[in-house]
Amino acid sequence: MVNIKKKSLNSKNIQLFTLALPGMLALFIFSYIPLYGLVLPFKNYKYNLGFWKSEWIGWDNFKFLFQSDTAFKIAYNTVFLNCIFIITLMVTSLCIALAFNELSRRWIKFYQTAMFFPHFLSWVVASYVLLALLDMEHGVLNSVIEKLGGEEILWYSEPKLWPSILTISNIWKSAGYNAIIYYAAIIGIDSTYYEAAQLDGASRFQQIKHITIPSILPIISIMFLLAVGKIFFGNFDMFYNLTRDSGILYSTTDIIDTFVFRALRSTGDIGMASAAGMYQSVVGLAIVVAVNTVIRKLNPDNAMF
Amino acid sequence: MQCSKEGSEVNDMLATKINIGRTFIHALLLLFVALCIVPVILVVAISLSTETDLLRYGYSIIPKTISMQAYNVIFNKPEQLLSSYLVTITVSVAGTALSVLLTSMIAYVISRKDYIHSVKISYFVFFPMLLSGGLVPWYIWIVQGLHLKNSILVLVLPYLIIPWNVLLMKGFFSDFPVSIIESARIDGANEYTIFFRIVIPINKAAVATVGLFIMLMYWNDYWLSLLYIENNNLISLQFLLYRIMSNIDFLNSALARRGGAAVSNITLPNLSARMAMCVLAAGPMLVIFPFFQKYFVKGLVVGAVKG
Repeated sequence: MVNIKKKSLNSKNIQLFTLALPGMLALFIFSYIPLYGLVLPFKNYKYNLGFWKSEWIGWDNFKFLFQSDTAFKIAYNTVFLNCIFIITLMVTSLCIALAFNELSRRWIKFYQTAMFFPHFLSWVVASYVLLALLDMEHGVLNSVIEKLGGEEILWYSEPKLWPSILTISNIWKSAGYNAIIYYAAIIGIDSTYYEAAQLDGASRFQQIKHITIPSILPIISIMFLLAVGKIFFGNFDMFYNLTRDSGILYSTTDIIDTFVFRALRSTGDIGMASAAGMYQSVVGLAIVVAVNTVIRKLNPDNAMF
Repeated sequence: MQCSKEGSEVNDMLATKINIGRTFIHALLLLFVALCIVPVILVVAISLSTETDLLRYGYSIIPKTISMQAYNVIFNKPEQLLSSYLVTITVSVAGTALSVLLTSMIAYVISRKDYIHSVKISYFVFFPMLLSGGLVPWYIWIVQGLHLKNSILVLVLPYLIIPWNVLLMKGFFSDFPVSIIESARIDGANEYTIFFRIVIPINKAAVATVGLFIMLMYWNDYWLSLLYIENNNLISLQFLLYRIMSNIDFLNSALARRGGAAVSNITLPNLSARMAMCVLAAGPMLVIFPFFQKYFVKGLVVGAVKG
């Protein structure tokens, strides 16, 4: 007797496969084909020749990229700023989530709504908001500074200020969003722990230190490690829009992503752009694999693969 | 007697301590809320000011005179704004519908543990999260390979499947009991019927939540227009906004070099008009947001717990 279930070409399998097919096709076209970019930097790509006819030049593009100061600068900016962003965002969101835990539902709703709000605005809109504050002539900050007797600051011309400006902007945009995630974890903690601690005379601070934080350590570590996995990738939207692609600010705000974009669109330097992009993808992958190994050591269920 | 008196004193002290702590918390949170909201109110206020006030007094949170001057200028020649709105609305609706469809279908298949290929397909879907070719090959392929430059398709297709969304959706579907599926099969339903007539209706909330995230992405997109659109009739709303920002740039740097002297006699509402454009571009989000916020939050919470 033929057991239909055992044959893999049965109707259920075919039907499920066809359900998945459109999505797989879309992914193949837009995510898998572009993987040729991993070999693209080894060619001297010319638009009129296309991929197949452009000649192989080995490591020349990479030599050129790494010989310039740029490679180091953009990698440094990307990683350094990401480190600051990760830590400050995490600390701020956690504090907000912990604060939520002390308040009544009505207040929480109010705060949550207000803080989640910037997440819905695009970075383009955010650049206008920042302009309203930092504009040299009319901006609010300079008006306040002038009224206090100080000198106007040329915000958009001072590279040193921008790591701070970008850090604050990053928190502005995402703290509410992240706080919700942490808060969701916090409310899952069994209340009997707190009751027991209270009976033992523990203060609220002690309760937070010994119950709340250890209990949500899994999700904190996941969020942290996910962020670290992407440390070689910058937030192009934020950098490009807030700085308005101002050349003066490149020394502190040019990241790999903005560099690749400019090399592609403005300078037309395909070789450098593709080399930088490939270097980012490969190092990025290495970091993700390393991070995943760490997650797996900590808690196998949480590992991505 | 003495015990209860001491007890109530301790309670009072505790209560005050809690109240001080709570006030402190409120103060900090309110500060952050102000940081979130006030700058946006500032933009709205600027858009409602007159140009002369802005040139004289700078941007301020309360307009000296409320005027619709800026909006009038924009609505005087609204062609570009309207066409960008049309593009963005079309792309958002079509893109969201298609993306939700494809994403949910593939997420469902991955979530079906009883399907022999589910693991292989999930690797296929999630691998691009780890490795990509980068911007350059993607650009070259879309422009030279697919010939999608300056076409409305390019504003929709590249974002149809985003692995993160599939992950989110899969999380929602994993809870769905296989027994319902099994019994439907026994009743003679095929997989398509099961998916469209049973699974989706029951998981409406999850699908809608992911749909909201996707719609937000399409609505706020300027990146695809930036890369691939040169035809002004096809640029998205946010990209239009970005373009106008670059024009302010020219104004800003020219003024800075001349030491701030305003040369022109024409007080065209440039400053306020730009902020008005910003309000118009962000507007729908500001209005829709309060209504759908709780769905976003719920989706985030479930996604966070699952993920």
